[in-house]
Amino acid sequence: MPLIELRNITKTYFLGEMDVPVLKGITLDIDKGDYVALMGASGSGKSTLMNILGCLDRQTAGDYFFEGEELGRASGDRRAVVRNRKIGFVFQSFNLLPRTSALENVIMPLSYTAGDLSAKECRKRGLAALEKVGLADRVGHYPSQLSGGQQQRVAIARALINHPPVLFADEPTGNLDSHTSEEVMAMFGSLNAQGITVILVTHSLEIAAFARRVVRISDGEIKEDYLNGKEGGK
Amino acid sequence: MSLWNTVKVALRALMRNPSRALLTTLGIVIGIAAVITMMEIGNGSSTSIRRSIEKMGANSVLVLPGWMRPGGVSQGAGTAVSLTPADAEAIGRECPSVAHYSPIVRAGSIQVIFGNNNWVPSQMYGVSPDYMKIRNWELEEGRFFSEREVERNARVCLVGSTIVRELFGGRSPLDCEMRIRNSTFKVIGVLKTKGANMMGMDEDDVVLAPWTAVRMRVTGRRSGSATSTSRTAASTPGELFSGSGVALYPEQDSSLTKDKLLVPRFTYIDQILFSAVSPDKVSDAVREVTRLLRERHRLKASQEDDFRIRNSADFMKMLNNTSTVMTNLLLVVALISLVVGGVGIMNIMLVSVTERTREIGLRMAVGARSRDILKQFLIESIVLCLVGGFTGIILGHGAALLVESQLNWPIESSPGAVVSAVIVSAAVGVIFGFYPAWKASKLDPIEALRYE
Repeated sequence: MPLIELRNITKTYFLGEMDVPVLKGITLDIDKGDYVALMGASGSGKSTLMNILGCLDRQTAGDYFFEGEELGRASGDRRAVVRNRKIGFVFQSFNLLPRTSALENVIMPLSYTAGDLSAKECRKRGLAALEKVGLADRVGHYPSQLSGGQQQRVAIARALINHPPVLFADEPTGNLDSHTSEEVMAMFGSLNAQGITVILVTHSLEIAAFARRVVRISDGEIKEDYLNGKEGGK
Repeated sequence: MSLWNTVKVALRALMRNPSRALLTTLGIVIGIAAVITMMEIGNGSSTSIRRSIEKMGANSVLVLPGWMRPGGVSQGAGTAVSLTPADAEAIGRECPSVAHYSPIVRAGSIQVIFGNNNWVPSQMYGVSPDYMKIRNWELEEGRFFSEREVERNARVCLVGSTIVRELFGGRSPLDCEMRIRNSTFKVIGVLKTKGANMMGMDEDDVVLAPWTAVRMRVTGRRSGSATSTSRTAASTPGELFSGSGVALYPEQDSSLTKDKLLVPRFTYIDQILFSAVSPDKVSDAVREVTRLLRERHRLKASQEDDFRIRNSADFMKMLNNTSTVMTNLLLVVALISLVVGGVGIMNIMLVSVTERTREIGLRMAVGARSRDILKQFLIESIVLCLVGGFTGIILGHGAALLVESQLNWPIESSPGAVVSAVIVSAAVGVIFGFYPAWKASKLDPIEALRYE
């Protein structure tokens, strides 16, 4: 069974008189452990698709099965739990809490995890996550004291704190220079190698090239779906 | 998220902008400080009023004779002669709610002379030893007269400090003999200074003597003066309550008459003062005494009381009411300032929600439910208000202490006010923090994350 199954997902925004269809029937399976790039120009609907996948938005029609469970019509609380336990998010603009230390940022999602962990346990997990992204020496730093690449790594550590099976990244390198971009992409590669499913949204072919599978979206429809490199090709 | 964790997160969020948090909560600080100060001053003044009434004899009740109405013309309160020493004794004997009683014989403005000084005390009372207990009066020096001295209408007296100053030039008057009318009275005690009473009358300008002695030797108004005792013989109850036909009061038995030769002459007294066993028994005592006196005076159900009862509890209630009204008015003003403070809290919380839209979006993206966000902002505003509340309590208490030391107003710290201040400030936090928190919880995470 695939980890994620999308069945004829549509999303329409109703702006007054006008209906704006953003996704026009997306059907897509993503297997566990895959590394997928959702690629498309701006306005193609890739971010909307990503929001639906990440349980931040609901589809207008169609089914979204995550681990066999329909989530598009699940309760808000259930979706919050899924976001907390099953999904890690990495954003283009990092979205770290200002004037809050790297460690505090990393363990923040734990405060919404049912079955409270002790403060000590939280700290232990936060330190482990920071170590995983190579920032063990920046634990007490504020975001403003970190470089862009370091901030994104803190954000990745935060996404990983609950050991989710899936990691979503929305233009994770959009605010980074090419050197740190490669660092961050390398990190996604190694996380994927550890068995985490990585789904990233990008407009850039170069970044998409890091992924194993590329799904190109245009005008709310899947235009291409291919495997990168040796395994596949166009 | 556990409550304590939420509180910690809220504190951290507030500490990110401490000066703003401080200014926001200033309204609450001022409101709570005002409440606390008002309550402490209000409590202090009502306690001091209560104390001064207690000094007067908190649960004392005065029985006055009724009025005479010869030919329909009322002569005013106290003009009738209806109270007897036997009434007083019966009150002491038969009313369970009465603790002490004392007959009172009032002598009007009568000159007292010592050496070549003279003075007219504003009050001269003939009383029994229990009078001291009823009025909570203590002795500066000397002793009080005994029941025995009352029985033999001994010429002894106690004087207040004003008399000591005016008549004796401040020297101890003990064992001095002072002249009142045609008799000399030996001073056996000096009363402790009481100061002016509620009406501004000097309570220390007083002479107390056994009521029998005052009746016999000083006043001659109703039962004849000391020099013309023959008139008293005419004033028997039977004559005064004409038409009753039967003897109004049981005759003294002969052995008693022998022992207390002069007693039958003092048939009437001016007032009876008694005290209830406790302040909340005052109304019981009044009821018992009323019933007893009506029975003793053989009044029919249709007849009015021929005596009146005046009770200091009513007076105290009135004074307390006045101070309660003042305190309540000030409290309303303080509450209004709390509401104003609450509006300030709401304003800043709304700003804070807008400012932290991205944070809210992020928290939702990592798994916060709507109610987690609601709880977080609600707790934040409650914490803000409670910090303001505690600061206000400290400042308010400080202000009350300042008033006490600078203006000499009595204050009394009030734990009830502190508890209600804490509750009120938390309530202000909930009420005025709810709308911003609700707004935060209803944000769309996608919009919030995209918010610049």
